[in-house]
Amino acid sequence: MRPVYLDNNATTRVDPRVVEAMLPFFTEQFGNASSMHSFGSEVGTSLKAARQQIQALLGAAHDHELIFTSGGTESDNAAILSALDTQTGRDEIITSAVEHPAILSLCEYLEKSRGVTVHVIPVDARGLLDIEAYRKALGPKTAVVSMMWANNETGTLFPVEQLAELAHEVGALFHTDAVQAVGKIPIDLKSNTIDMLSLSGHKLHGPKGIGALYVRKGVRFRPLVRGGHQERGRRAGTENTPSIIGLGKAAELALAHMEEEQTRIRALRDRLESGLVQQIGRCFVTGDTRNRLPNTCNIAFEYIEGEAILLLMNKAGIAASSGSACTSGSLEPSHVMRAMKVPYTAAHGSIRFSFSRENDGEDVDRVLDVVPGIIEKLRTLSPFWRKDGEKPAEFNPTYN
Amino acid sequence: MWDYSEKVQEYFYNPKNAGVLENADGVGDVGAISCGDALRLMIKVDPETEIITDARFQTFGCGSAIASSSALTELIIGKTITEALAITNQDIADFLGGLPPEKMHCSVMGYEALHAAVANYRGEEWSDDHEEGALVCKCFGIDEAMIERTIRGNSLTNVEDITHYTKAGGGCNTCVETLEEILARTNAAMVEEGVLDAKAAFVIGARPTPDLKARKEAARPTPAPAPKDSPLAPGAPAPKLTTLQRIRLIEQAIEELRPYLRQDGGDCELVDVDGNTVMVKLTGACIGCQAASVTLQGVQARLMEKVGEPLRVIPVASAH
Ligand SMILES: Cc1ncc(COP(=O)(O)O)c(C=O)c1O
Repeated sequence: MRPVYLDNNATTRVDPRVVEAMLPFFTEQFGNASSMHSFGSEVGTSLKAARQQIQALLGAAHDHELIFTSGGTESDNAAILSALDTQTGRDEIITSAVEHPAILSLCEYLEKSRGVTVHVIPVDARGLLDIEAYRKALGPKTAVVSMMWANNETGTLFPVEQLAELAHEVGALFHTDAVQAVGKIPIDLKSNTIDMLSLSGHKLHGPKGIGALYVRKGVRFRPLVRGGHQERGRRAGTENTPSIIGLGKAAELALAHMEEEQTRIRALRDRLESGLVQQIGRCFVTGDTRNRLPNTCNIAFEYIEGEAILLLMNKAGIAASSGSACTSGSLEPSHVMRAMKVPYTAAHGSIRFSFSRENDGEDVDRVLDVVPGIIEKLRTLSPFWRKDGEKPAEFNPTYN
Repeated sequence: MWDYSEKVQEYFYNPKNAGVLENADGVGDVGAISCGDALRLMIKVDPETEIITDARFQTFGCGSAIASSSALTELIIGKTITEALAITNQDIADFLGGLPPEKMHCSVMGYEALHAAVANYRGEEWSDDHEEGALVCKCFGIDEAMIERTIRGNSLTNVEDITHYTKAGGGCNTCVETLEEILARTNAAMVEEGVLDAKAAFVIGARPTPDLKARKEAARPTPAPAPKDSPLAPGAPAPKLTTLQRIRLIEQAIEELRPYLRQDGGDCELVDVDGNTVMVKLTGACIGCQAASVTLQGVQARLMEKVGEPLRVIPVASAH
């Protein structure tokens, strides 16, 4: 049986058309764009074309506002560190409690090692940002605000365009980690004031290890990686040509499929979600259902644990992911679930299904067919589960 | 993905002896839903021979927790209680063809559940020995006796393994120094008894692994240099509050947090304030789980916000 891949927020399959576009750049067109001969200049032309494909997807005013990086993580790091360097006299960062570790770990490190003050803005039970707390945290010391566009676990969207306006009122720079948003929802950087934006190739059917940082024209920038003059001195190192070409092609395809994302994919997601919630008791959708990515659905199943669910799903040929402690190798459930104060009875049993344009109705049928049985099986194993539903069975651990 | 042995997979996908054992003679519950794993072991015992004639389990947890529970039942059925009590958590792991190091706590959970079930059968309080040794890891509800048992039973010689085997130290980290002391003391005793090579024993300060130091640093309450303009910076002119005003503010903040704690089935009570140290008692589902570390962090952040001074919130053990 064909496996059902519903973990596209983790990574996507590289589109065969992307692979095809990349291949010549390993063989015939192997040149270095910096070289003073035709091997190099042809490559230079292709890199520019890739830049323009991404420019189109983001609705950016200029192609030179893009800096190619090794991925979302590097883009996030480069953005924050540059902002701290260029915003003299300001040493505070504002971010949210549900950011990707690419932002949160960096902030934690900067707090410890550089004495930077980090304001981590909480979210409510639906994952919506506490705007009041955000307003209060903004001030003359704020160097940069970094707020993700779409959350990787729940798909919940932040109103980044408005958040950027508020940041500018106090003279702060605004960065958004749009790794999960790019290619899934329309973005038009010409019509907003976002200063910096991170994206990653492997989330939109492009290669892994390639990404870009958008830096609005006029925003001062300090490179993270220093060396040669590539990327106009903003990111040193010989360009990863095949991957950049692949990212460009992936961006072009994402733009072409944008409509489908909003319609067909959204419909698949909605059918899966309502199907599961109707068939299975004691579960609920986490995040803001009215305001999220069209491809993502995160359901918390009470009284069972996520890793066990994933293992059984994997056995049935279905791939998804979980915010449970066990799957991460840490002893605590996902920081996103905790930030939304999802009760512990359910946080350990949260499962994320994330679609892409490669999924179809058959995939949804398979999930609706298999998952209710898996949940049932694990619940009968669970000491907390009661068939009659409402109250969990009494459980008396011997310590305390 | 975890590197689970064939046997772990087999016992997870098709667990033996799962479900409720009606009219069980002994029941042992360990863990908590908030901790991410919990096990109820039910046993039937022949009163004449003390042979465990049947055993069943119910487990909330990951693949290896379910497999370990099932393996435990297979290991004990047909054995006398005395024989069963000789089974170690390592025996459970071995039966399964090994467990990933981070998952060893699943086998320890099985061991603990067995002892709890036997105590229950005998009408003893398994929790008795927990009382003299107060909780060491408040996040996961682990006491000194269990840590010592696990160190001895598995010849552990580093703190990280204690976390892998018991979860202790895996939450807020504040107990890492206590864990080191217990480890050093237990290892020293083991060397004396001739069950541990002196070269392998953990000695405080002798071989600080970099990893451990980093953890210790993270556990320290106040981070090094506070930024100049932070309201919490030592030099910043803080509005002077009277002790009574501070206590009122702290109580108010706890009151505001209460609905969230109740949502998770827990509660938090102010016990004492000593300078910048706020002592609280966590109750209900907050004890014995990493919910506690999250709760404490939350309480601490909220209190500092309210009082406008650096504070350290520490949990104190329940009065009993
Ligand atoms: C929101 C978000 N930011 C950043 C990243 C990191 O991107 P990359 O894997 O390209 O470094 C990811 C992907 O895991 C993500 O989901």
